[in-house]
Amino acid sequence: MTGANSFQVSGYGPERAGWTRLFARDSLARRLDWPILLSGTALSLMGALLVFSATRNRTELNQGDQYYFLIRHVLNTGIGLALMIGTVWLGHRTLRGAVPILYGLSVFLILLVLTPLGSTINGAHSWIKLPGGFSLQPSEFVKVTIILGMAMLLAARVDAGDKPYPDHRTVMQALGLATVPMLIVLLMPDLGSVMVMVVIVLGVLLASGASNRWVFGLIGAGTTGAIAVWQLGVLDDYQIARFAAFANPELDPAGVGYNTNQARIAIGSGGLTGSGLFHGSQTTGQFVPEQQTDFVFTVAGEELGFVGGGLIIILLGVILWRACRIARETTELYGTIVAAGIVAWFAFQAFENIGMTLGIMPVTGLPLPFVSYGGSSMFAVWVAVGLLQSIRVQRPMSA
Amino acid sequence: MTNIPETGRTPRVQIRLIVIQILVLSLLGTLGGRLWYLQIREGDAYAKEASGNHVQQVVQPAVRGAILDARGVPLADNETRLVVSASRTDLLKMPDDGKGVLTKLAGVLGMKPNEVMAKVRLCDAETPQPCWNGSPYQPIPITDEATAKQALQIRERAEDFPGITAEPQAVRRYPGPGKSNTAQVLGYLSPVTDEEIQQAKDTDSPYLRSDQVGRSGLEREYDKELRGKAGVTRYEVDNLGRVIGQAQADAAQPGSNLVTSIDARVQRVAEYELNDAMKKARQEWDRNTNERYKADSGAVIVMEAKTGRIVAMASNPSYDPNAWVGGISAKDYTTLTGKASNYPLLNRAIQGQSAPGSIFKVVPTAAAVNAGYSFDGPYQCSSSYSIGGQVFKNFESQGYGPISLGRALEVSCDTVFYRLSHEEWKRDGGTKPKKNANDWFYKTAHQFGLGAETGIDLPNEVTGRIPDRKWKLDYWKANKDAWCKYGKKDGSYAEKIAYENCLEGNRMRAGDSVNYSIGQGDTLVTPIQMATIYSAISNGGTLYDPTVGKAIVSADGKAVQEIAPKSHGKLPISQKTLAEMDDALAGVATRGTAAWRFADVGWPQDKIPMHAKTGTAEVYGKQTTSWFATYTKDYSVVMTISQGGTGSGASGPAVRNIYDALYGVADDGAINKKNALLSTPEKDLPKVRTDGTITSPKVSKDPAKEQRVSQEGDKAPDEQQLAGTVPTQTPENRDTRRRRRAGRGGRKRGSRRMLT
Repeated sequence: MTGANSFQVSGYGPERAGWTRLFARDSLARRLDWPILLSGTALSLMGALLVFSATRNRTELNQGDQYYFLIRHVLNTGIGLALMIGTVWLGHRTLRGAVPILYGLSVFLILLVLTPLGSTINGAHSWIKLPGGFSLQPSEFVKVTIILGMAMLLAARVDAGDKPYPDHRTVMQALGLATVPMLIVLLMPDLGSVMVMVVIVLGVLLASGASNRWVFGLIGAGTTGAIAVWQLGVLDDYQIARFAAFANPELDPAGVGYNTNQARIAIGSGGLTGSGLFHGSQTTGQFVPEQQTDFVFTVAGEELGFVGGGLIIILLGVILWRACRIARETTELYGTIVAAGIVAWFAFQAFENIGMTLGIMPVTGLPLPFVSYGGSSMFAVWVAVGLLQSIRVQRPMSA
Repeated sequence: MTNIPETGRTPRVQIRLIVIQILVLSLLGTLGGRLWYLQIREGDAYAKEASGNHVQQVVQPAVRGAILDARGVPLADNETRLVVSASRTDLLKMPDDGKGVLTKLAGVLGMKPNEVMAKVRLCDAETPQPCWNGSPYQPIPITDEATAKQALQIRERAEDFPGITAEPQAVRRYPGPGKSNTAQVLGYLSPVTDEEIQQAKDTDSPYLRSDQVGRSGLEREYDKELRGKAGVTRYEVDNLGRVIGQAQADAAQPGSNLVTSIDARVQRVAEYELNDAMKKARQEWDRNTNERYKADSGAVIVMEAKTGRIVAMASNPSYDPNAWVGGISAKDYTTLTGKASNYPLLNRAIQGQSAPGSIFKVVPTAAAVNAGYSFDGPYQCSSSYSIGGQVFKNFESQGYGPISLGRALEVSCDTVFYRLSHEEWKRDGGTKPKKNANDWFYKTAHQFGLGAETGIDLPNEVTGRIPDRKWKLDYWKANKDAWCKYGKKDGSYAEKIAYENCLEGNRMRAGDSVNYSIGQGDTLVTPIQMATIYSAISNGGTLYDPTVGKAIVSADGKAVQEIAPKSHGKLPISQKTLAEMDDALAGVATRGTAAWRFADVGWPQDKIPMHAKTGTAEVYGKQTTSWFATYTKDYSVVMTISQGGTGSGASGPAVRNIYDALYGVADDGAINKKNALLSTPEKDLPKVRTDGTITSPKVSKDPAKEQRVSQEGDKAPDEQQLAGTVPTQTPENRDTRRRRRAGRGGRKRGSRRMLT
């Protein structure tokens, strides 16, 4: 980076050379939100260990190479960090102009999933198989583009100083923008992602300052919609079964409740400090299904105990706390909405994911941000971190 | 960073952002709380559940110890058989409850599908046999006679037979050496019940689900020693049951061997002779009932007189103990226990009780001496004795004039004992007994060990009965209502008796005491009690607890725990009286009622002094019971045949043949040591080697037949007693058993031994 202007993206700050400039007061590096960056990196690396522990003996998954998942997870983290840097370098304002294209691209990708190009994993038809053994889950990126798209629409007039709040027309446009990909994802069906998107929409609307009627109307509509979906049989049996098993896993310990039950046993048996990394009998015995992805938290619970599980929750808490601050402190509504959307996304997805392993939320196929194995999720999450960093870095616009 | 920029930011948005922040933090707090609840508060419970999750127990059943005869010949041991079993739990997981698999299995085993399915259903009140009465979690044996080919078929196509296993297992076998049977003494095994598992849970020898438990005989009495301790290996397994580590392994401890004092050859002779005597008795005409003797059951005991050890104990009718191996079929069970079966499971030597008749007379003889009567007398042996118009006759109404008590024993003179007993009864106050009545005749009987268990090491021994005053009162209290209801003053004989009993059944009447004095009336004894008493007379007065078990030898032969003879008392007679009684009983064999079975037909009395007492007991409504009690200085032999005729007539030849076999006596009185099976009791214990094999001599095909042959001529049979090391499972023995079973079972090979 010697002499390069690569970080002088917005032209703020005095011109200095090299590392000195990078870490100078008011420099870009100084202005980055380090707690978020460090927490995210720590979670990702913890995730790497947990994923490794969960998969090193699963020969049917790791193709005989016990480091297969470990290496890929670290690689994904690296790519994720690069994506974050790229996002910061581009800046969220620059990206603002590209939102229609990004949005269109992501919708195109999820439509592609519905074509024969898509493939089914665990009952959800939400993957695109790529050459070289890679696969893409476009619904992860849709979460980002929904936030960006809605923020663009809702903040346009407010940031221009025309109105204090987005008007009904804008809100309806924004809702329409969110509904299209949500319906497509519902068709996959990837219920978990839809749930996350609903919460994102709610968070975005709240932060946008849209009238209370919209907020409560949306909650009402969501409830009605959920009941309608249930009654009209849109859901597959396995999805309903997962719900029922969450409510009472003892009803069917050998069937759907098995996941929940084994997850709870794994976590419960961890105690205060856990059985030690690589020493969990539930993990070594592969009693918990999907342990490197959706149920990765059980590895932490069993092998690292309350200390390790609590650390994950605290690190997530640091990220969310900082993100909330970023949302509150940025001057533009656009930045506020994006940050709030990301908070809603991370918070709900983490709560849902950990909650289901603890038996307080229904079982859905959602990854734990940063920690779970999965490239698409990792990339989307780090792009979101990049957006947060960009919002923070570019805050003093009036400076 | 704390300064809020003065932009277009409205308070509404700010407030909402704070709400979001609070919401987010509360969600995370919820997670933390729940995590604390699961891991800290409930952590122990989940840890336990997790360990149950991944630890599987594999149980290696201990090999049950063998039951050996005195020379080491196995009477009960194990053989390895291929057992095909089905796990009900696995079958029920299948959509068709495993019907498909069982049908396929039936095809492989050459059985009918219905047959196989019946075996795995659980027994309940409405389910007829065959059905499974063990634990539903235990693998249910379908057959233990699978061929190697069938087992291979099942194992190679394991995916076609989920829940089915075919494994070699040690299965109990009763080889019956030399055609001996010993069924009632050995007993049998059956699967442990849930209740027993619960009861034994906290003891030092808990049961396993797969355990077989001794249900009768030695198998039950020495169950704990024979059973050993099962080995348990705990494996850590993964979710598919794949083993990922071995946590703990306790090796199985094989059960100890039980060395008995039984001699398989003598046992065979005793069984054969008992059966033969009963067969012959059935040819005889009973003049009293005008039909042939029924000879419905019998027992014989050969006891070591100086220790109380049982050399042979036979009970007839008998059964094949192998019928129980691997579970008994419904048909076999009915044959063994049904009303028409005559109860072959009963060991009549210890569970059969009847009036002893004249072999009882040693008791009143001792009682009379104790009461102060002189042994020499003389006492009047009239042909009959009458009390108040009621006439009590001597056996065959014969009189012998004034004789001593010894002579009275020799000729079995009833009237001598009638008189003595009646006199004592009167002295004790008659029907209105004195406060401190001596009751010599009853007290002495109790001192002889009658009316109580002898303490033999076999389960469910019965006590017999001495009809003393106390018993009479108790019995009357229990039955008077029925008697008074049924009894009529001028009714039939039975009604008159009931009427009398109703009025005065609580009292000891003169007639009762008279009947009792010759072992009649309400007196009941077991053969084992009489064998114990006659052994005591032989050994100088010690009443030994009879024992079958002689020693418990660990599977590797290193630990030997001998079972020493124990006594439960002395005969209440002086050595002088004992010697006089001994003389008199020798007189029975030389010139008395048993002379025609011994001295008169070439018994070498000078070399082997024989003592005997015959008994012919009358039973109301039945034919007479034959009793024969004998002893030498080493052995006492007691035989009884129910509805068999007279003592010396029905049982005499059989007892003589048993002695001939023991001592090698030919018909002409010559003693050939070579032919003697056991001229002195076996003192040594058989050797169990550290590898578990047992040194034991070979037993010829049928010692009983050979004995018969050798008795007639002087020709000694070929060297039968080639000593050799016989491993616990010889193919030869196995063949014997297979042949025997095939002969009985006919075409339906294996079906009658199937587990039900």
